[in-house]
Amino acid sequence: MTGRTTQLDLELAPTEDGRALAFSFHGAALLADLSGVLVWPDRSMLVVADLHLEKGSYFAAGGAPLPPYDTRATLDRLGRVIDRYRPRRIVCLGDSFHDRDAGARLDPADAVTIAALQRRRDWVWIVGNHDPEIPAALGGDRVDAIGLDRLVFRHEAEDGARGEVSGHYHPKARVHRRRRVLRRPCFALADHRLILPAFGAYTGGLDVADPALRRLLGPRFTAMLLGRTRITALAAHQLLI
Amino acid sequence: MDARPAIVTDARPAPDEPLPEPFASWFAARGWQVRSHQRAMWRAAEAGRHALLIAPTGAGKTLAGFLPSLIALASGDRAGLHTLYVSPLKALAVDIARNLDTPIREMGLPVRTETRTGDTPQKKKDRQRREPPHILLTTPESLSLLLSYPDAARMFAGLDAIVIDELHAFVPTKRGQLLSLALARLERLAPRCRRVGLSATIHDEAAFQRWLAPGGQAETVTLVHGAAGPVPDIAIMVPDARIPWRGHTGRHALAQVYDAIRAHRTTLVFVNTRGVAERVFQDLWDMNQDGLAIALHHGSLAREQRRKVEAAMARGALRAVVCTASLDLGIDWGDVDLVIQIGAPKGASRLLQRIGRANHRLDEPSKALLVPGSRFEYLEAQAALDAVKAGELDGEAFTPGGLDVLAQHLLGMACAAPVDADALYQEVRRAPPYAALARADFDDALDFVATGGYALKRYDRYRRLRRRPDGRYRTSHPRVDRQYRLNAGTIVSVPLLEVRFRRGRVLGQVEEWFAQGLAPGDTFAFGGRLLEFQALEGGALIVSVPKRAREPRIPVYGGSRMPLTTHLADRVRAMLEDETGWTRFPADVQAWLTIQQERSALPDRATLLTETFPRGVGRDRREYLVAYCFEGRNAHQTLGMLLTRRMEKLGFAPMGFVATDYTFAIWSMKPVPDPAVLFTPDILEAELVDWMAESAMLKRTFRDVSTIAGLIDRKHPGAEKTGRQITFNADLIYDVLRRYDPKHVLLRATWLDATGRLTDVDRLADFLRRVAGRVRHVALDRVSPLAVPVLLQIGVEAVHGAADDLMLDEAALVAEAMT
Repeated sequence: MTGRTTQLDLELAPTEDGRALAFSFHGAALLADLSGVLVWPDRSMLVVADLHLEKGSYFAAGGAPLPPYDTRATLDRLGRVIDRYRPRRIVCLGDSFHDRDAGARLDPADAVTIAALQRRRDWVWIVGNHDPEIPAALGGDRVDAIGLDRLVFRHEAEDGARGEVSGHYHPKARVHRRRRVLRRPCFALADHRLILPAFGAYTGGLDVADPALRRLLGPRFTAMLLGRTRITALAAHQLLI
Repeated sequence: MDARPAIVTDARPAPDEPLPEPFASWFAARGWQVRSHQRAMWRAAEAGRHALLIAPTGAGKTLAGFLPSLIALASGDRAGLHTLYVSPLKALAVDIARNLDTPIREMGLPVRTETRTGDTPQKKKDRQRREPPHILLTTPESLSLLLSYPDAARMFAGLDAIVIDELHAFVPTKRGQLLSLALARLERLAPRCRRVGLSATIHDEAAFQRWLAPGGQAETVTLVHGAAGPVPDIAIMVPDARIPWRGHTGRHALAQVYDAIRAHRTTLVFVNTRGVAERVFQDLWDMNQDGLAIALHHGSLAREQRRKVEAAMARGALRAVVCTASLDLGIDWGDVDLVIQIGAPKGASRLLQRIGRANHRLDEPSKALLVPGSRFEYLEAQAALDAVKAGELDGEAFTPGGLDVLAQHLLGMACAAPVDADALYQEVRRAPPYAALARADFDDALDFVATGGYALKRYDRYRRLRRRPDGRYRTSHPRVDRQYRLNAGTIVSVPLLEVRFRRGRVLGQVEEWFAQGLAPGDTFAFGGRLLEFQALEGGALIVSVPKRAREPRIPVYGGSRMPLTTHLADRVRAMLEDETGWTRFPADVQAWLTIQQERSALPDRATLLTETFPRGVGRDRREYLVAYCFEGRNAHQTLGMLLTRRMEKLGFAPMGFVATDYTFAIWSMKPVPDPAVLFTPDILEAELVDWMAESAMLKRTFRDVSTIAGLIDRKHPGAEKTGRQITFNADLIYDVLRRYDPKHVLLRATWLDATGRLTDVDRLADFLRRVAGRVRHVALDRVSPLAVPVLLQIGVEAVHGAADDLMLDEAALVAEAMT
């Protein structure tokens, strides 16, 4: 597939393997990766949203013993994408842990994995509504938001923001393909904001057609859908909304 | 095991002994004779034996089941629960309670009868556990719940009889497995309790006897037959001797259907899917010049609307109801004098049961009309009609009990009282579906209930079952008991979305997948009206009434797709083989078969017929392969998927396939010179495993299994989860579990469930073994008559592979095939 010119006049150029889309956002040259992470090569930075670590054990404590492998699965995937891009800085856009007590439930082996991922890197935890406190034993900075160049990174989109990169909503989009409807997680890119898909193994999603997301994105936006083998950009009018 | 019907030797009342008073007088006052099967049921009860009554509807089956209990209770010196009645439908339990009320009232019997279902108010439920009625009418789910309370032992200790109605509806299902486990527990609580099964006519009576018997000992169950009614009067409706090439809606015959409705008192019009129900209802309504009271009934409609239709039916206020399987079971409506089946009947037993809904008077034959929608459906209708006349019914599938159902039961038992694993294992194996349960599987299910049963032991502190010092297991927290009670049951609905107007009333529900395929402005028929889709909001489908009346753009295509039974498929093949019998077919069908015979060949029972032919020219040229397997749509779907993969490996460049109940077609860039290389049994090993693992079907099965087993909550106290969230979570959990714990008990349960039930893999394996070395190939230069229906299907279906350029013109295709 070739890059599409969207209604936003953004050039979206796929990388050679189709596993990432390059685009420019408020002066920054960014890459939306098929895995769901955002990469800022000029800053050697990787951004990931909504890991929801220990969601499984949260439900287990509530009486529904979901398989206890979600943290491991999420960290394994994150490790693979970090190996690919080798960023110097990693920003977690909030809701990295499913709840306040997740640290107490974290398997020591998984804590070791996190520490290994953090080694020789800047690691920033932006706090979210699920995880106002990051487990104390873990390294990394804790912040509410960060600004870099003309971009601002925070957990949940705010009204009137410009150049904002956030998570929280776990956007998904639906599209007709060969008379079947596909529903995939996506990056949602509007004029002033970019909302990242959730990365965690057990995270669900909210359709971009939902009024909450419609309000934030406005009528014209681009969804970059995470397919099985490639990432595809579609304008809002090409989606089932 | 001895499968012969048992003989009653200890028949205390002599065959002609009159019923005791006041029963004899009551029967006499009504002008009734005690029927022989009613007497036989009484005798079996007096002898303390279990009994299975097989009788057509309207034979006084229910009274026969209850008569012994009423006689025993007439003396009035009995307190506590005496008889438990289990029905597959809440509405049926309520209806039976009403029917029982008449004899009890008229004879002044000192008998208290109550119903208990999900709709019973909590206060009444609590009272029922403290002071149970003599006769309690309930559903299997409510019974399992009752057994999960600590006072179950006291409540059921004196139980004398359990009556299971519509046994045939339970046996092949997971509800049946759960009920069987409940029976095993009841056997322990009330060892002398008699089991009574009431069933419609079935194929394999001995298997039902075994199913009903404690420990599967069929000889302990007395088999009683009701008198057979007169042979039903069934006809196939073929207006002007013409039958369409494709379709299920019988649209070509609806004028005649309408006339038939007009000529009868009350008609039940059965169709196979909700979508067709909507379509037929709309069309009948459009031609309803006489303003006949015609109603619609299917599982998606709002409950109040269904109740209204049922009530109007019971009052005799309706002339016709267009309905789906939602009315297959249930309330007796004496007024129905005609049953119409539109579309293929799919099975002889199903057809017989549907026909039985007409005319609940034994002396008159039930009257039925079959309206096949297409030529293959005509053959199927004829096969079903022949089968019913010959009294040959479909065999039921007896599947071994699922580990998910077992897990649910184990948790319920641990809610009731501390469980001893060894004793419970022995008890569970008394339930025939679990007779062959391996101890290792039982232990895995118990471990799953206790901790989740994962290879990674992280959840010990969240155990749902705690082991006590005496080695027995008990639930760890009252919350676990509450959760069990909220999640019990084996019916997992597909994720549904409410359909409603923006401000105002709820019209019903549609499956999520249907809703997701809609774009705003799309119109569709629902609940007998045309609606326009506005938006998806808060888990609801918001609709409006379109400003201009239009044809619905999106047909509601829903409801279950029942596969053709093996028995009927065999009959259709036999009919094709026997040319001499064709003269009874309409001219259309005869010409279709004759030209097929001249141009190609006819499918037979000994071989698998395959045809190949090209269509299109130049770049649009495609090579078609059509196989006449007659194994049902589900099996064909799977087979099509597997063969496509194999063709890809062999370099034929397949582009897509489509399946019907009778055939499937694959199209590719390159022709397949010898289709025999494709149909080999090893395809089930090589390609199936790969495909299954990544297929959506397995995920759907996992969702059901994990919900039944209690991994995923059906609802939370206070905030009920929508089905939508369940689907979603289950898919993600499935992916993670498959990767990190591939031997987990729920994955095993999913695999068994999926291979056994959903994809008909056993059926496929049988088929491939049968046709190995017997693939017959006819290479044609153009489409054959028999291949036309499946090619037309390409135009109406979501097909796998790019096929948008293949929208086929019916007239051109038919001309090509028939000349």
